[in-house]
Amino acid sequence: MSLALERVVIGERGSALTDTFALVGRQLTHLRRAPGKFVGIAMNPLVMMLVLGYLFKNFIVVPGSGDYQEYILAGCAAQVGLASVGPSAIGVASDLRTGLMDRLRSLPISRTSVLMGRTLSDLALAAATVAVVSLAGLLLGWRIHTGLWEALAGYGILLLFVYTMLWVGVLIGLAIHTLETIDAVGALMVVLFSFLSSAFLSTDGMPEWIRPIAAWNPLSAVVTACRDLWGNPSSPVRDGLPAQHPVIVALVSLALILAVVIPLSVRSFRTAAAR
Amino acid sequence: MDYAIWAEGLRKRYGDHDALTGVDLAVPAGTVLGVLGPNGAGKTTTVRTLATLLRPDSGQAKVAGYNVVTQPREVRRRIGLAGQYAAVDELLTGRENLVLLGTLLRLGRKRARERSTELLERFELTDAADRPAGTYSGGMRRRLDLATCLIADPPVVFLDEPTTGLDPTSRVLLWRMVREQVAIGTTVLLTTQYLEEADQLADSIVVIDAGRVIAEGTPDELKRKIGEEWLEVSVAQPTQRAAALAALARVSVGEPSAAADGGVLTAQLPAGMGAVAAAAAALGDAGVEVVDFALRRPSLDDVFFTLTGKSSGEGGQS
Repeated sequence: MSLALERVVIGERGSALTDTFALVGRQLTHLRRAPGKFVGIAMNPLVMMLVLGYLFKNFIVVPGSGDYQEYILAGCAAQVGLASVGPSAIGVASDLRTGLMDRLRSLPISRTSVLMGRTLSDLALAAATVAVVSLAGLLLGWRIHTGLWEALAGYGILLLFVYTMLWVGVLIGLAIHTLETIDAVGALMVVLFSFLSSAFLSTDGMPEWIRPIAAWNPLSAVVTACRDLWGNPSSPVRDGLPAQHPVIVALVSLALILAVVIPLSVRSFRTAAAR
Repeated sequence: MDYAIWAEGLRKRYGDHDALTGVDLAVPAGTVLGVLGPNGAGKTTTVRTLATLLRPDSGQAKVAGYNVVTQPREVRRRIGLAGQYAAVDELLTGRENLVLLGTLLRLGRKRARERSTELLERFELTDAADRPAGTYSGGMRRRLDLATCLIADPPVVFLDEPTTGLDPTSRVLLWRMVREQVAIGTTVLLTTQYLEEADQLADSIVVIDAGRVIAEGTPDELKRKIGEEWLEVSVAQPTQRAAALAALARVSVGEPSAAADGGVLTAQLPAGMGAVAAAAAALGDAGVEVVDFALRRPSLDDVFFTLTGKSSGEGGQS
């Protein structure tokens, strides 16, 4: 009888990395079969880009000098990150709901690779969306006025922001199980965080008490860093740390958020009960 | 004795609700344990604890020889879990679902593919193998779910209400799959709300109520505890009830009884088909017009009523 218990055929062909790749593959297949997620993420940033950067651009005073479409591209591209929070959370919550998470948790694979697979594939989707938004920007007249390395550094910070937001989404999905609530929270984040920042308008004209909130919103540091790195117009008023050292503030604040959100998510994943 | 699944005094509390209040189990390798109980009795909590998804507040459990709390990874290498909801990825095809799990279980790509084809064949899913699982019927999903948890041929398999909500054909098919798996030496723990299912599949049964085991034994032992089959008769004319009762009294064990609302007459018969024939003849001789004449077997509700003195619907609340 003891023989039956020793019949272990689970192989050793693989590692945490192949697990992650297998799960990334799963997500990318999802995307191919249900491309609606792309529309959900791309719609908001693209609409902002077209409406503000084309239709309304003559009504809006650009901080400093330059064209408004040059100013808002960084904001629109960063909004991809905010728009990804909801879909990321919904993906996690749906897996919990169907019991798929239970199955994954019953496997001898690392807890982190399950969430890694999810966030990395979502990052691939978000990167493609950022590319589409950039393309729309190019058509409207946005240009990068600096060198290759600065351009890449800008995109690097942008994608780090997106990745951070994806983990925030994972945590929300694990914490809130109702899809309707997640949907509302995601929509709220897109609106609240993009307008309480320098993504679309300079914070200089905002009510006094809101200004520090908007200035310290990590999104402000991210978009200011991108504008600086790409040579795009930006507010000449440089009060406070986030405006003076946007690259450092962006990197540090995103690293801090990740350092909190990833362990919390992994812990919550370990104990998450399917409903 | 070599136990594939063993638990002692498992307790789990959620807030002020005691989900498990001391579950003991011992399942010999290569056998099937049926865990019977109503909704909320603690069946799922027990399975999730044994499958390392939940940490018990106290108590010990070993699965395939490894401690579920201190050696979860070793346990996970040796178990298959089919939860209460068919945990298939609806956007992936049946085959992709299987290959994904095979890959995650480190079978290697080639072996994962071979194994998937094998299982699709065995679970009669070959025709639908390359369609997204979202297009499958409930029965097909369940089969895919079970196939998925067998991909790495685990020695211990947990099935949480595997046939709830299934049509009879799918149910019988699933039972066959479970039997085949047991035939090659797999140990199975399955929870169910249906006495018949436990009867069909299980070598031994435990009945769980309010988070603890309230009865255990082989299906036959348990049934004897609950009582044998009984006869239920409905008559066409209320005026004939007295005559019918008198007729039944001549053939039954003990006094037949009549439901107060003027409905069914119930009688306990001696074992064997002869007694059924005699009851029919007695009713015919008495000139009673019968509209319903049926042998009833004990249901889970009866088990509960007998064991706990309350119906299974109330069982979950206490």
